Amino acid sequence: MIEAVLDILSWILLCLGSGFVLVGGIGALRLPGFYTRLHAASLTDTMATILIFTGLILQAGLSLAALKLVAIMLFLLLTGPTASYALANAALQSGMRPDAGKLAPQAAGKAG
Amino acid sequence: MIIVFALFLLSLLVITALAIVRTENLFVAVMLTSIFSLLMAANFFILDAADVALTEAAVGAGITTVIFLGALALTAEREKPSRAGWRFPLLVVGVLATLIIYATFDKPRLGDPDAPVHQHLAPWYLEKTPEYMDIPNVVTAVLGSFRGYDTLGEVFVVFAACIGVLFILGVRPEADPGPKVEDSAGLRHHLIPQVVGRILIPFIVLFGLYVQFHGEYGPGGGFQAGALIATGVILYALLEGEEAALRAVPRPVLLALVIGGATLYGGVGLACILLGGNFLDYSVLSADPVVGQQTGILLIEAGVGMAVCGALLSIFHAFAARRIRP
Repeated sequence: MIEAVLDILSWILLCLGSGFVLVGGIGALRLPGFYTRLHAASLTDTMATILIFTGLILQAGLSLAALKLVAIMLFLLLTGPTASYALANAALQSGMRPDAGKLAPQAAGKAG
Repeated sequence: MIIVFALFLLSLLVITALAIVRTENLFVAVMLTSIFSLLMAANFFILDAADVALTEAAVGAGITTVIFLGALALTAEREKPSRAGWRFPLLVVGVLATLIIYATFDKPRLGDPDAPVHQHLAPWYLEKTPEYMDIPNVVTAVLGSFRGYDTLGEVFVVFAACIGVLFILGVRPEADPGPKVEDSAGLRHHLIPQVVGRILIPFIVLFGLYVQFHGEYGPGGGFQAGALIATGVILYALLEGEEAALRAVPRPVLLALVIGGATLYGGVGLACILLGGNFLDYSVLSADPVVGQQTGILLIEAGVGMAVCGALLSIFHAFAARRIRP
């Protein structure tokens, strides 16, 4: 009984996480401008990571694999947003204005 | 199920390869090459080649990208327009592709136990590894002991590559240090990457050491460990500036690592001769041949790790030390 509930719960989490990855991917392709795209792509770093890894940990149960998954999740949660921040910061430093998408759509299209 | 995933990855590989060929921006090409390596690593993992996957991920997707970017900073970002025609290359590629596809018709099915490669030496390796070395990871046994000559060759290739790059890039008149490049300060003023990097670097280096010394029991070994430790130091160089990284691991230490690694490997081989065995026949290193083999593998893996780590870092510093083109 409890295993079935855990299984269903983990699959819900996995599907939700995959949905976030999908939304992030579509957003990274479709949104105008660099910063909005980065915003979409960073969804996969945080929300999708948490959901998918929680789902996987529920699948793994109390085992060494679960511990390794926690370690990988922590690693990804540390590095992913940092990479997003570094990317956005580098773009800002090189003179890319965050409002470029609103003012000049054609320039923003090139920037992405 | 796994075959669907493998096919998916292989199609992604083809798409990435086409994108690499088509793009004219070299920066994009480097990033795509990194993605290509990562996909390839996933592919190797599906094929149960965890050691190769780890190498591909660490070297192909990690270090090579950094070194490519370093090279790009010294040259141009855009590909020069090619004036050559496309007919002759297309013909050559077409003929080669036809030949290769024709050759695959003779290939045994994937994972076929009757394939020639599984009939010849592989069963012998699998059978003899527990007897001769008594270590679980057959890949390390094959790499370190059975085919020790090949690995020695690889280490000397790494050594020669490092020497070559240093000869071309490393020579710089000491009197002319050049104006301080803005980038050499690294990301010192960027708090978030710096804090996260400080947390991560010890773990990266620790993981490298684990991969180095756990190579007999799990996937890993000198090549992967050398690349991982080099990644940690390069991350430090990116965050704190190249100068700080050179203070932490100075150039003479790097050169000593490269030379010492290659010498250690060759020296173990010579020690085997002096103790009455063949070159790289570790059984004579100890009274018990099994312990001798294990000692030999541990030593040469250490040599490989030192040489790879030193060579990668030397090459990185050789690129980073050049003045960025105005």
